[in-house]
Amino acid sequence: MADKIATREAYGLALAEFGAKYDIVVFDADLSVATKTSHFKKAYPERFFNCGIAEGNMVSVAAGLATTGKTVFVSSFAMFTAGRSFEQIRNAVGYPHLNVKIGATHAGITVGEDGATHQCNEDLGVMRTIPGMVIMNPADAVEARAAVEAAINHNGPVYLRFGRLNVPVLFDKETYKYEIGKGILMAEGTDVTLIGTGIMTAKALEARELLANEGISARVINMPTIKPIDKDIIIHAAKETGALVTAEEHNIIGGLGSAVAEVLVENAPVPMARVGMEDTFGRSGKAEELLEVYGLNAANIAAKAKIAIALKK
Amino acid sequence: MDKKELSRIAYEIRKGALTAVYSAKSGHPGGSLSIAEIMAYLYFEEMKVDPKNPKDPDRDRFVLSKGHTAPALYATLAEKGFFPKEDLKTFRNKDSYLQGHPDMKGTPGVDMTTGSLGIGISAACGIALSAKLSEKKYRVWAVCGDGEMEEGQVWEAAMFAPHYGLNNLCVFIDFNGLQIDGEITKVMNPTPIDDKFKAFGWNVLMINGHNLDEIASAVENAKKSTKPTAIVCKTIKGKGVSFMENQASWHGSAPNEEQYIQAMKELDEAECKISACK
Repeated sequence: MADKIATREAYGLALAEFGAKYDIVVFDADLSVATKTSHFKKAYPERFFNCGIAEGNMVSVAAGLATTGKTVFVSSFAMFTAGRSFEQIRNAVGYPHLNVKIGATHAGITVGEDGATHQCNEDLGVMRTIPGMVIMNPADAVEARAAVEAAINHNGPVYLRFGRLNVPVLFDKETYKYEIGKGILMAEGTDVTLIGTGIMTAKALEARELLANEGISARVINMPTIKPIDKDIIIHAAKETGALVTAEEHNIIGGLGSAVAEVLVENAPVPMARVGMEDTFGRSGKAEELLEVYGLNAANIAAKAKIAIALKK
Repeated sequence: MDKKELSRIAYEIRKGALTAVYSAKSGHPGGSLSIAEIMAYLYFEEMKVDPKNPKDPDRDRFVLSKGHTAPALYATLAEKGFFPKEDLKTFRNKDSYLQGHPDMKGTPGVDMTTGSLGIGISAACGIALSAKLSEKKYRVWAVCGDGEMEEGQVWEAAMFAPHYGLNNLCVFIDFNGLQIDGEITKVMNPTPIDDKFKAFGWNVLMINGHNLDEIASAVENAKKSTKPTAIVCKTIKGKGVSFMENQASWHGSAPNEEQYIQAMKELDEAECKISACK
C-alpha cells in the first residue's frame, strides 16, 4: 500500500521542481509552511515574496507583476483567496485575464481542527462564476503536480484547489497527463455514473465496490477540471448509464454538482444526486471523522446512487 | 517642456475629459479635472512612453488607481497620440474601446485595468517589484484618490512598498477633499494622509497639485528617494470649470449641453490666457 500524500505537499514540491524550468514567481500570505510554498522559497528565495496577512494586496500585486509578462502563483488557504480576495481575483486578475495562478490550499472540511471559519466549501462555486477562470481540483499528488505544470502553460487565470489531508495516490506519475477540461474515466459501468473530484474520486471508487456487491454496475469518472467542465464525458455518461451522482468536498450548491447538473439539464436530462456538504458549515474535528459526520464517504455515494437509479424512467 | 506649454496641455486634458463625459452623458468630471496638471506633467515631461510602441517592456508605467477618472487618462493618452482625439466622443459607448474604467486589454497606453478602488496602488507595487526583480530602470507612477484612502487595501500596499524597497514607485494622492457623499472629513476621515504614509515608511511630500513647479520639484525628489514616495496634492475637484469647483455633486454627473458649452468656454478662455490664441 503506497504512502498517502496531501495534494498541498505535491503543490509545494511541484513549484520547487518547476521553478527550475519556468521563470515563475511565488507569493504567500504568511502561510508558506502550511501551503508548502516554503519548498519553492527554499529553492528560489529571490523569486519568493511573502505578502503577509494581506490577501487582497497579494492578489493585486501579483496582477501588476503579471502585466509585465511574469507568471505568478499566489497562495493562501482557499477561504482567504477565493473568499477574502474574491473581488481582487475577479477584477484584477479575471477581468484583464492575467497570468496569475491561485494555489489555494486547505480546501474543504479536511482542514479539520481549525474549524468552520477555515473550511472553505464555497470556492468552486464562486470561482466558477468568473469568466475565463480555469479551475483545477486534483485528486492526488500525481494529478496535483501535473496540474501545476498545466497551469503554468495555460495563458490566463487558474484556480488550483489543494487539500491538507493525506490521500492515496491514484495515478502513475510516468504516464499521467493533465488535460484542461477533460474528465478521466476511472472505471467502466452501466447502471449509474459516479463523478468525483478532488479527494472524493477515491471515495467514488470505493462506492463502486459497495454497489458491485449489490449487483449494481457503476461507472466512475474523475473530474480534475471543474471549469471548463468536460461536457462530452457527462453527456455520454447520461446517455449510456441513465443516472449520475456527483461527489465533492464542497457545498452541493455551486460546485461540481451544479456544474454537472447544468450540463445534464441542457443536453441530456437524467436523474442526478449530489454528495457534498449539504449547505451547512463545518466544524472542528479530525479530518477523517468530519468526512463521516458530513456524509462525504463511499456509503453515502452508494446510497445516493440507488436514489438516482430509482428515479430513472 | 516649458511650464506654460504643460499648463496649456493640462487644459487640453480638461477639455478632452469633459468632452468624453458629455458625449457619453455619463462619467466622472470632478476628479478628472482635479488631476489635469499631474497627468500633463507625467505624460509630457516625465514618463518615458512612446505611442508608437505602447508595449515597450522598458517603458515607464502609469496606474490610475482612482480608475473612475478614466476621462482624464484617455484625454491624456489621446493628446499624447496613443489614439485619435476624435474617439474620446465614443467614451462608454457599447462598441467603444474606451471603457468606463481603464481596460488594459482594449485601450492602447493603459498599463493596468482599474476601477475598483484600492487595487491599482497594489498593482503599481507589483509592476515596481517586477522592475526590481528584472533589474530594469523603468519607474512606476500612480494616482489615487483621497476618498480611496479609506479602502483598507491601500494600507496593505503601503506596508508592502517600503518592505520591498520599491523606491521606483511614486504615488500621487489627489487630495481634493471631496468624495461622493460629501467632504472626506465628514464621510470617513482618512486624514492626515501625509502622516499616515510617513508612518508606513514612505518619503512624503505635500504640494499644490495645480502648480507645475511644485509637481516638478516633487517628482525630482521622488526620483532620488531610497523609499517609495507619496505626493499628497492639494487640489480642487472640478478645477477649471467655475460651477464644478469644490462640488461633490460633480463627482459622477455629466454636464448637459448648456453646461458643457459654458464649461468649454471657460476652459478655452483659460487656455488662451496661458498661450495667446487667435
